[in-house]
Amino acid sequence: MTIMMDPDIASIDVPTLAEATAFIWAEADMLDRLDYKQWLPLWTENGRYIIPTERGIDDYDDRLNIVNDNAEMRAARVKRLLSGFSMSSAPPARTVRTVSRFVQLADDGGLTLRAAQIVAEYKYERMRILAADVVYRIVREDDGLKIDRKVVTLVNCDDYQHGIGYLL
Amino acid sequence: MSNADLAEMVRPDRALTPLYTDADIFTEEMERIFKNTWVWVAHSSDIASPNSFKTSHVGLEQVIVTRDKEGKIHTLLNRCRHRAASVCEKRQGKASVFVCPYHGWSYEPNGRLRKVPHKAGYPAEFDSVEYGLVSLRTEEYNGLIFATFKQDIEPLVDYLGPARKWIDLFMKQGGGYPVKALGEHRFRFPGNWKIQLENTTDAYHFPIVHKTFLDSLDAESENVFDVLGQGGWVEDLGNGHSVMVMIPDLIDLEENLDAPIPQRFMDLAKELAEEGYPDDQVRKIVRAVGGAGFNLNLFPNVACSMAFFRVLRPIKVDETEITHVAIGMDGGPAAANRMRLRLHEHFQGPMGFGTPDDAEGWERVQRGARSGQDLWIMLNRGVDAPEGCAEPGHNAGDVSAETGMRAAYQMWKRMMTA
Repeated sequence: MTIMMDPDIASIDVPTLAEATAFIWAEADMLDRLDYKQWLPLWTENGRYIIPTERGIDDYDDRLNIVNDNAEMRAARVKRLLSGFSMSSAPPARTVRTVSRFVQLADDGGLTLRAAQIVAEYKYERMRILAADVVYRIVREDDGLKIDRKVVTLVNCDDYQHGIGYLL
Repeated sequence: MSNADLAEMVRPDRALTPLYTDADIFTEEMERIFKNTWVWVAHSSDIASPNSFKTSHVGLEQVIVTRDKEGKIHTLLNRCRHRAASVCEKRQGKASVFVCPYHGWSYEPNGRLRKVPHKAGYPAEFDSVEYGLVSLRTEEYNGLIFATFKQDIEPLVDYLGPARKWIDLFMKQGGGYPVKALGEHRFRFPGNWKIQLENTTDAYHFPIVHKTFLDSLDAESENVFDVLGQGGWVEDLGNGHSVMVMIPDLIDLEENLDAPIPQRFMDLAKELAEEGYPDDQVRKIVRAVGGAGFNLNLFPNVACSMAFFRVLRPIKVDETEITHVAIGMDGGPAAANRMRLRLHEHFQGPMGFGTPDDAEGWERVQRGARSGQDLWIMLNRGVDAPEGCAEPGHNAGDVSAETGMRAAYQMWKRMMTA
């Protein structure tokens, strides 16, 4: 797409697809290893982490979501998951995830990507699969790439889930 | 299983483990309880306009709750009278007709059979009137819609009895506006439905299971959620219903409007004032936005729980689906409804700060109950309720008493041995 060469934007070095996918894989690995303390600084200051309950929408703030986190809520969430006092996350289900089928959507100063995520989770004699469409907006800041937005739309987001004691 | 056998499994202060684990008992419950009493199916705002509908369940039975063009509410079995295909697979929407996808029989929102394609293939005496969708008796109280297969049951208002007062109090969280359903979290857990029924009247678990939720609050809010320390109580309301008051200060949301606005609602109050809402209305909305200070448990499947509706749906003896319906102010300020949505997301839902730990706890109950079928589930906790709280004549205990569970199990016993 064509972008306006605004002086502020023009000076920004938009991440390449290869950089962004490598970054997203590193994030996925971090989440599977429960390395949440390293995960928090991956976000921009105003970054939004959203897991909706409906498909095909773009206004999340006036709808009910599974997650709609700003920086403060992300930090509180990580604190809770690592506290040892939440029985659903101490320990959580083990997870193994892949992210693939990347499609580049826009570069408006950052790189917006659509991808497929498949998570296998295991706990209590049981394996479950969680499939999702994920949209990322990745931007470059002075200290590296950051997630500015991550919307994880589960394939069955408008149906029932089970308790999820880890991050998607 | 005989009535005597079933009766022996529930004593005044305990219930026997097979109530969680025995598939035959589950089958009997679906017949004797869920097809035999008032079961919550929808909120009136789910079907706000003529020709709107929502699919729901009465026990294991799938139903469509509709509002016809005259505004009357119906609950219809979601099954074509010809060869059984479901006639609606949408969760919610608008429809002036339900057409069976298999052979094209079509039904009106009031259940009447409208048209049968190629009708000449049926004998002349074929009477459409006999082939409407099966219609359940349906009644509404203050926005809560219930349906029942039992046509000769007592009126809903009588079944609810003293619970009506608490429903009316609960609806005050509309802040002067009608209460509206804003969205739903749905999740399942591998455990019996009665484990969830108990939980809504269980304050005892709160500080243990929800420690991480409490830790995520500011100090003032953490005090508000000190549910065991505020002189609350649990009160038996008859017919298996009960109320658990955790925050007595938040029983009546239209009282105490001059109290200082809590820290966590200051930004909202400022925003509403800037939008031009007068001070008394701001105070009313802000006091309502966090919800009520009690859980009203209605036997067998719904609760008005602080700031949301909790609906349980039995799936199997060891599987239950829960819906947490977020509610807000119909026509109220967008900022207030956004705040309600964020508060709901904070605790509720598959990744809330509360729900996953509840679900894990209930799963652990079911896993533990695989062992010791001859052991009792103990429901004997509770000391006297604080003086002067409960209505005279009602059985009541302190806030952490298992009074509400005992009430529900006595209703279970009454219905299962009737």
